[in-house]
Amino acid sequence: MIIKILGSGCKKCVALGENAKAAAQAAAIDAKIEKVTDIVAIASYGIMSTPGLVIDEKVVSSGRVLSASEIGALLKGS
Amino acid sequence: MSDLFVWLNDQLLRMQWLADLVTVLVRDGFSLDPASQIGGSVHFFIYDVIKIFILLSVLIFSISYVQSYFPPERTRRILGQRQGLGANVLAALLGTITPFCSCSSIPLFIGFTSAGLPLAVTFSFLISSPLVDLASVILLASIFNWSIALAYVTIGLVLAVLGGTLIGYLKLENQVEAFVFQSPVSDHDHDGAISRRERLTYATDQVTEIVHRVWIYILIGVGVGAAIHNWIPETFISVVLGQDKWWSVLVATVAGVPMYADIFGTLPIAEALVQKGVGLGTALTFMMAVTALSLPSMIMLKRVVKLPLLAVFIGIVTVGIILIGYIFNATAHLFV
Repeated sequence: MIIKILGSGCKKCVALGENAKAAAQAAAIDAKIEKVTDIVAIASYGIMSTPGLVIDEKVVSSGRVLSASEIGALLKGS
Repeated sequence: MSDLFVWLNDQLLRMQWLADLVTVLVRDGFSLDPASQIGGSVHFFIYDVIKIFILLSVLIFSISYVQSYFPPERTRRILGQRQGLGANVLAALLGTITPFCSCSSIPLFIGFTSAGLPLAVTFSFLISSPLVDLASVILLASIFNWSIALAYVTIGLVLAVLGGTLIGYLKLENQVEAFVFQSPVSDHDHDGAISRRERLTYATDQVTEIVHRVWIYILIGVGVGAAIHNWIPETFISVVLGQDKWWSVLVATVAGVPMYADIFGTLPIAEALVQKGVGLGTALTFMMAVTALSLPSMIMLKRVVKLPLLAVFIGIVTVGIILIGYIFNATAHLFV
């Protein structure tokens, strides 16, 4: 599973990345977390507010820092 | 009633109490004469920095709370339902309350265009967003007065509507990079699901984030303002930017366009210029040139639109703010 964090390096993106990491660990999922920082690449996912969360190339959230448990629920769903 | 308004305006908005307090500090704390050159600069600097930071924090907080009801996804949906001039007017108005810095112009441009919004509407939004926002209106009222603040907003909105409409008429859709139209449209909209606590957290975060981003521009802006205020000879300023010089508006535009600063940083410069006898229109042109057009945001826009469209955008906005400068200079007596 590949989890992508979309954001140009703001504090919120770092927080979201850490929550995603914690969620993957808690769910015992072998996930690779990648950061997408190029603004055109970010916008190409169709989101207008950062940070965005992408699980296996599917945008699941934008403009919010999801908590680890929220991400956990999304990981199970996908 | 009107006395009460004047008092509230002087104390809350102009912060007369703060000016008096800083006068005492400069005189007794630093043993400087507030009327002297150094004393005057120190007073201008301390008073303006504290005033702008207080107003900025209060305003960003309240405005962000309102903004939390209008995430870009919702703005896009609202705009998608309108057509013609009405859509442009609405785009210009929504531009004043939508969170925006030059760094988010690309995602907004791609997000709006790929969802099928006409270029006219998108550009009305892009012009109005950095130019006019509620915080700058209140700050303008604090530094100058309410009629100038309202005139600035009205003219900023008119520029956004006309500029966007003109770009629409030119049919430049083929000047947008092809991948923009192929971008997917994602619609994660939280405006219904957000609790009041989340809105308050969002507003607090915005204050921290924006203050963190703009404090340096405010310090530089107030510093330049203080320097203009007391150190640059009035004769020099009036030779270059004086009201009777026809080129003053052009000089202000040429100096302002490549500069990158926040409107909060440019206000103290405009304030000092006006106190030195520079025309109101010239000062407003300078502010608009600095905030509406900047090199970093042009470089970013260049990645999604081709050069002719970028040139048309820069051209329309530049001509617009030059006209605004001349109109304001010619009618300044109505506002002061």
